[in-house]
Amino acid sequence: MSRLPPFERFLEENRTTVFRYLTAAVGPIDADDVFQETFLAALRAYPRCNEAARLDRWILRIASRKAIDHHRGAGRRPIPVAAPPERPTEVDPAADGFGPALVAVRDLPARQRDAVAYRHILGFSVADAASLMGCSEEAVRASAYQGLRRLKQQELKERAIWTND
Amino acid sequence: MDERLRISTQEAERRSRQAAERFRAAAPDTGLVDVAVGTMGSPVGELLVAVTPRGLAAIAFEGDDRDRVLDRLARGLSPRVLMAARATDDVRRELDEYFRGARRRFDLRLDRRLMSPFAKDVLGATARVPFGRLATYGEIAGRIGRPKAARAVGAALGANPIPIVVPCHRVIGAGGNLTGYGGGLPRKELLLRLEGSLPAA
Repeated sequence: MSRLPPFERFLEENRTTVFRYLTAAVGPIDADDVFQETFLAALRAYPRCNEAARLDRWILRIASRKAIDHHRGAGRRPIPVAAPPERPTEVDPAADGFGPALVAVRDLPARQRDAVAYRHILGFSVADAASLMGCSEEAVRASAYQGLRRLKQQELKERAIWTND
Repeated sequence: MDERLRISTQEAERRSRQAAERFRAAAPDTGLVDVAVGTMGSPVGELLVAVTPRGLAAIAFEGDDRDRVLDRLARGLSPRVLMAARATDDVRRELDEYFRGARRRFDLRLDRRLMSPFAKDVLGATARVPFGRLATYGEIAGRIGRPKAARAVGAALGANPIPIVVPCHRVIGAGGNLTGYGGGLPRKELLLRLEGSLPAA
C-alpha cells in the first residue's frame, strides 16, 4: 500500500479538478462553499483513507456526495418567490471563463450531472467515469447522453424565451 | 456542446487557489490539522516552522526541499499536514523577537517526536546551553553520560529537527572551530555573531 502524501500536497494537486467539477455540479456561486465542505470531510477521513494510490478519485467521490447534499439542502430551503428569474444574458459567463451551458449542468439529476461533468467537463474516459460512479460503462454513456440532451433542450427553451422578449 | 460547457483552466486555477487559501485559513479551528506549517523571513533566510497540538516539532531552513520536509512531517507525525500559518503565530513571534535581539530564551512547548531516544538526550542537554555560551561536542557527550560518544553527538545535532530553538549552533569543536551545522556553517556563524559568541563581522 502506498503511503499517504502530506495533506497539503494532496490539496494542491487536486484543488483545480475538484473546483472544476464543483463549478459544474453546484454552479459557480456555490462552488467555493462546497469545496470547503469537500476538503474538510477529506481532512477528517484522511488518516483512515486506504486509497492512497488513487486519491484523485477518492476526493471526487467525496465532492460528488457533497454536491448531492448541497442540492438536497437547497431543495429544503424556501424558494424566494419574488426573486427575478436568472437572466443568463445579464452577465456573460463566457467572459468569466465559463461556457454558456455550464450553469445548467447543476440542475441535472445527480447521475446525469456526474456523467456530464466527468466525461465532458473533466474529459475523463468512460472507464474512469464508470469507476468513479460505481456503475457500468453503458450506464455512464446513457447518463451522459441524457444529460447532454436535456442541456440542449434547456438551451433551446431559453433561447425561445429571450427571443419572445 | 463541449465548448459551451467550458471552464477555463486559468479561471479554475485562480478560483481554486482562493478556495484553497480559505480552506487553509479556516482548517486549524476544526482541530483536524495535526501539523500546521508556516513560513517566515529571518536573517538566516526563509524558515519553515511546523507546529502540532503538542508544540513546535520542526524548523527547516530555506534550501531544504519543501516537499521533503513535508514528507518527513507526514511520515513522522501525521499525514494531516497543512500550510496553515496562523497556527504557527506564537512560534514565529518568538523567533522574530530572537532575531531582533529582544529575546534570549524561548518559552515554547516542544514536540520531540521527530527525535530518536538518543537524540532526545543529546538535544535535551543542548537546550540547557544558554544564550551567549558555547559547549563542545565532548562536553555534551559527557553531560549525557556517554563521554566517548562525541561523534554520535555530532550526528544527532546535525539531524536536530528544531534548530535555533534547540540551540545546536552553540555546540562547537574542542579546538574552537565551528565544525559543522545542519543548516550550513554560514548560518551557524551568523547565529553565534547574533548572540555575541563570535565577534561581529
